[in-house]
Amino acid sequence: MIKRLINWWDGRYERQFSTIFPPNFSNPHHETSPHALSLSGKLLLEHQLPDDYRTLLENKYLIKIPAITKKHFDYACNRCGNRVQRFFASWPCGCGASCVYCRKCVQMGRVAFCSSLYIWTGTGAFFPRISEACAWEGELSRYQGVASDRIMEAVDGRSRLLVWAVCGAGKTEMLFAGLEKAFADGKRVCLATPRADVVRELKPRFESAFPDVTIVARYGGSEEVDEGAQFLLATTHQLLYYARAFDVMIIDEVDAFPYHADPMLPYSTARALKTDSTLIYLTATPRLDLKIRSHLKLLPTVFVPQRFHGHPLPVPVFLASFDLKKRVVPKALKVWLDEKKRTGRRVLLFAPTIEKAEKLKGELPGSISAHSEDPDREDKIGRFRQKEVDFLITTTILERGVTFPSIDVAVLDASHDVFDEAALVQIAGRAGRSPEDPDGDVVFFHDGASDAMVNARDSIRKMNKLAEKGLK
Amino acid sequence: MHCLWCDQEIIKDLNWNNLFQLPRDEVLCEGCKKEMHLLKGPYCPKCSRETDGGEVCHDCTRWGEAPLEKNTSLYRYNTFLKEMIAKWKYRGDYILVDIFKEDFRKWFKALKISKGAVLVPIPLSEERFTERGFNQSESLARLLPLETANPLHRVHSEKQSKKSRFDRMTTENPFTITTSITQPVVLIDDIYTTGRTLQHAAKLLKEAGAPSVVSFTLIRS
Repeated sequence: MIKRLINWWDGRYERQFSTIFPPNFSNPHHETSPHALSLSGKLLLEHQLPDDYRTLLENKYLIKIPAITKKHFDYACNRCGNRVQRFFASWPCGCGASCVYCRKCVQMGRVAFCSSLYIWTGTGAFFPRISEACAWEGELSRYQGVASDRIMEAVDGRSRLLVWAVCGAGKTEMLFAGLEKAFADGKRVCLATPRADVVRELKPRFESAFPDVTIVARYGGSEEVDEGAQFLLATTHQLLYYARAFDVMIIDEVDAFPYHADPMLPYSTARALKTDSTLIYLTATPRLDLKIRSHLKLLPTVFVPQRFHGHPLPVPVFLASFDLKKRVVPKALKVWLDEKKRTGRRVLLFAPTIEKAEKLKGELPGSISAHSEDPDREDKIGRFRQKEVDFLITTTILERGVTFPSIDVAVLDASHDVFDEAALVQIAGRAGRSPEDPDGDVVFFHDGASDAMVNARDSIRKMNKLAEKGLK
Repeated sequence: MHCLWCDQEIIKDLNWNNLFQLPRDEVLCEGCKKEMHLLKGPYCPKCSRETDGGEVCHDCTRWGEAPLEKNTSLYRYNTFLKEMIAKWKYRGDYILVDIFKEDFRKWFKALKISKGAVLVPIPLSEERFTERGFNQSESLARLLPLETANPLHRVHSEKQSKKSRFDRMTTENPFTITTSITQPVVLIDDIYTTGRTLQHAAKLLKEAGAPSVVSFTLIRS
């Protein structure tokens, strides 16, 4: 009963979209069109169409669906799935008395009541079958191998899979075999993630691993245009531009903000998939909803409790310092930092807010800060990675997806609300990522430990225990 | 009510000041309101730029005897407003104009402009208009109680915001005028940067017979 309910609930986005665009839309054409590669699988606005789109429409290569529909008194946006009425506003469009547009997805180009979305219904694009596309020649650990096989099975069997792998387990490498299989079958693949930083980090790694595959990276502010790439790396927001496009979809860091908080993103993900396709979730810290599905065996799951270099995860140490609120740099932190300076260790310090990070930067000589409102963020992160600076202060923006070899990690005011369990586990996972230096320090400075801190420490210990057990 | 910018719920506290008043519809939450800095003097009497002692600023002395007599602006330019204007103008989130409504009306009233004056919003070129779907200056003018006229026409050129100061100051006049004008004119625009655009428009309007030309803009950058 519960399983059926959950399944019904999970299918809500699919049902919402299939009312306006049936999944088994019959294709009247058999010959391919030159536009198939660049248009198929996309959800297009009028200004994105080629100049001869009228003839394409007449010949039923494209179909037109309304962007916003009105049912009784409520509007619904068919592009982002929004049904919250306060996100609809009217504007003087010239098409009629009050033309309504959707404010929810206005960042990705405005769609209004009088505008239409276009979907390619001609024969889809054909992608080359590239056998042995993977140029990566590393070796997988035992756990990685198991996960890699399961991923390959999921790609082949067009099923869903949750890969629950600890921070630093080598998730990217586990994907290679499955991706190779997908490219060998000529499938179209997308790797989506809520964070643009992660896309930027992953792109060079995939490009060197798959030199023969056309790869495009799309995120807010990227210059690349997708003219029909076989492998798309994108932020989940970019999936708003797609419909029924991908055979294989991998969502990296599913639990990251804003994917779980914004229904627009799961909606567009569900729509970007073809009806018979593979969906793989990758994360180190699944949220409760995924855990429940995994526990009820609704979502096949593979565990990777060990890091790729085989060493256990660093367990965070709690240090109480009750002058947190009074001083900018509490005494305990100062002592710890001096110690690190003496031994020549490099430090990544997490602050709860941007303000706090800026204040700390002012007080601590030799440090730089990077946060979401910083225009030079990428440059600063690069300098820290290149070991030009030894001390980076940041906010939760760097909690996941980034790798700095051989650093120590500290969290100031770890009992602050922004640091939930998932964030703390991810932060702890920044330390000890290189095989040469597998154990870094992780310290939480607090003035009264929160449940999140204790739970984070417990879950890290649990994972370490699991890894130990598995080896025997 | 939710904040129009950050979508946080606005919860107003009840105190003796508002206990017996009808509730007012708030547009922005307290946090976002704090980010909008109204210009508060002393400022240059000609262009509203904030100066130390309220003297005429360097740029205005360089303009000398210019056709535009005076500019009044509301807000100081900052990254918050930059984002907001970008979403409003370039992304086309039309409803954001409501954020400026109250202040824009209040400041206009304080200017004490005669009832006979006419509002002239700075036009967009046709290409730009089809791209955006609306003219931001026109939507600002619509907030004000005076009549609006559109005597100006704009020839398509590159975006002002993509140019350097030198490029801006040496551009040719992008406007043409078709009718003659007998009333005093208030030009309406969103941002006053170098004043070049407004000066171009003012020059044409003066030549067409306008007795006086002032401007009222949202932001002084």
